[in-house]
Amino acid sequence: MAITKVCGIETEYGIHSPGPEQNPIAASSVLVNAYAADVEQKIGWDFEDETPGNDARGFAREGSLAPMVETHLANTVLTNGARFYVDHAHPEYSTPECLTPLECVVYDKAGEEILRRAMTAAALRMPDQGSPIVYKNNSDGKGNSYGCHENYMMDRAVPFAKVIEGVVPHFVSRTIYVGAGKVGVETPALNSSTVEYQISQRAEFFEEVVGLETTLKRPIVNTRDEPHADPKRFRRLHVIVGDANLSEIATLLKVGTTAIVLAMVEDEAGPTRDLALADPVRALHQVSADLSLSSPLTLSDGSTATALEMQWEIFGAARKYAAEQGLAALGDDGGDDGVGALILNHWETVLEGLESDPTTLSDTLDWVAKQQLLLAYQDRHSCGWGDPRVAALALQYHDLRPDRSIYQRLGMRRLVTVAESTEAVGEPPPGTRAWFRGKCLARWPDAVVTANWDSLVFDIGTDPLRRVPMMDPLKGTAEHTGALLAQSTGPADLLNRLNS
Amino acid sequence: MAEQEQKRKSPAADRTSTTESDAESAAAAAPATSERGEKLKAELDDLLDEIDEVLEDNAEEFVRNYVQKGGQ
Repeated sequence: MAITKVCGIETEYGIHSPGPEQNPIAASSVLVNAYAADVEQKIGWDFEDETPGNDARGFAREGSLAPMVETHLANTVLTNGARFYVDHAHPEYSTPECLTPLECVVYDKAGEEILRRAMTAAALRMPDQGSPIVYKNNSDGKGNSYGCHENYMMDRAVPFAKVIEGVVPHFVSRTIYVGAGKVGVETPALNSSTVEYQISQRAEFFEEVVGLETTLKRPIVNTRDEPHADPKRFRRLHVIVGDANLSEIATLLKVGTTAIVLAMVEDEAGPTRDLALADPVRALHQVSADLSLSSPLTLSDGSTATALEMQWEIFGAARKYAAEQGLAALGDDGGDDGVGALILNHWETVLEGLESDPTTLSDTLDWVAKQQLLLAYQDRHSCGWGDPRVAALALQYHDLRPDRSIYQRLGMRRLVTVAESTEAVGEPPPGTRAWFRGKCLARWPDAVVTANWDSLVFDIGTDPLRRVPMMDPLKGTAEHTGALLAQSTGPADLLNRLNS
Repeated sequence: MAEQEQKRKSPAADRTSTTESDAESAAAAAPATSERGEKLKAELDDLLDEIDEVLEDNAEEFVRNYVQKGGQ
């Protein structure tokens, strides 16, 4: 049986300082520190267990670069169990570990609110200068890309080659609803004289099928083997090939469909047709540039399929799998209003919309909403895709400031209420170890010296510091540790109870 | 559920052969689509009025100055 698909999203936000201070690292630090000082107690991050250079295939390819861990930059852990920090000159928010893809949407939206509050806190500290502005996108239009990564817990027993086989066709074809839309072309991967608008922000930056890198020669399947959990039992699939979405339905589908595909890989229940692509990297670029959704992609067996046809195949397999085996791995209870049904229904509706008339999804998908808006703008101002106002509007779609955000004005369909995402700014999800992390930080901020995904380190006034390991993401939930925390009178008492 | 499954059993094959009923249902759907398109256009018109007010002042400079360091 597939194991629970504990999941999360890490977003590197674009940052722009209109004032004289243009150093993005300093600007990102201002944001993180201002938020931490105003809203949250600042708790350090513990790097002891970070091993981003380990390769899931059990080896490091010649010439591959292990990512750097930048230990000196602003870095904090929040009471909702998330991590908010500076990474590669961008402010980055990692959601806490979530039990379901819908919960992941809630915490992704909470992240946007955290960035908004950080902008407000930073503006109060630097009233006379242009304080940093944050954009939830993946490229600057000049050849520089920054990521939105997903993470999924997997069973270590599944051979990694099986994972690669199962996910590559999905990662290439899901672009048709995950894409956040982009004006023009930034790399030699596509022809800039023919592509005026493309579906994905990220797609053209991918150059390999499988690899360890995240900043150079980006691979469709990233092999970073850093489970942040018991490595004998768990794998964390680190996905770097998606766009950052403002659309909640796109985020639900990005995480939800992928979690189902991974559960199917674990249960050996994929599509009946072999969807292996002859050239996955080329296909990814083709899909991004194909606004008509009709481009035939060459499969390894010599036949062809469009991305839409591939998605129908995967969807068909997913629905069969859900009916026969259930989606308990996604935290689904089997009911008609469960998260499994929610994902499958949106998946089917979106594929039907893309097939019949994509413009019907202008209130549902980012790339369609932005495309329709930009076309209407060009119509009104009698200008073309090359007009700087069109580029400015495309960029401003991703602006998180409430008075400037174009996304917010479009009235797109929602899955999450403002009350839910606002509560998630401070409260951890109850069904994973994020709950224990967040609650300990909220109750005893002075006693928690450092935190990371799989441990907390307490200082209770006596040597040595005490590390509490959390090697199972499904332990440390409200159900497991709620009573324990409620009964504990302080951190020392909590540690005694944990040891008894 | 079972009925839906049957319908989608071989989705790719379904789509390659356009049957008469497929064509009929497509024709029936057309007016609703264009009606929705009109509504959408009206909404976008209102929005475009707003956008002219909130769009960054100097679009060219704004776009030129938006330069990011590459990330992951």
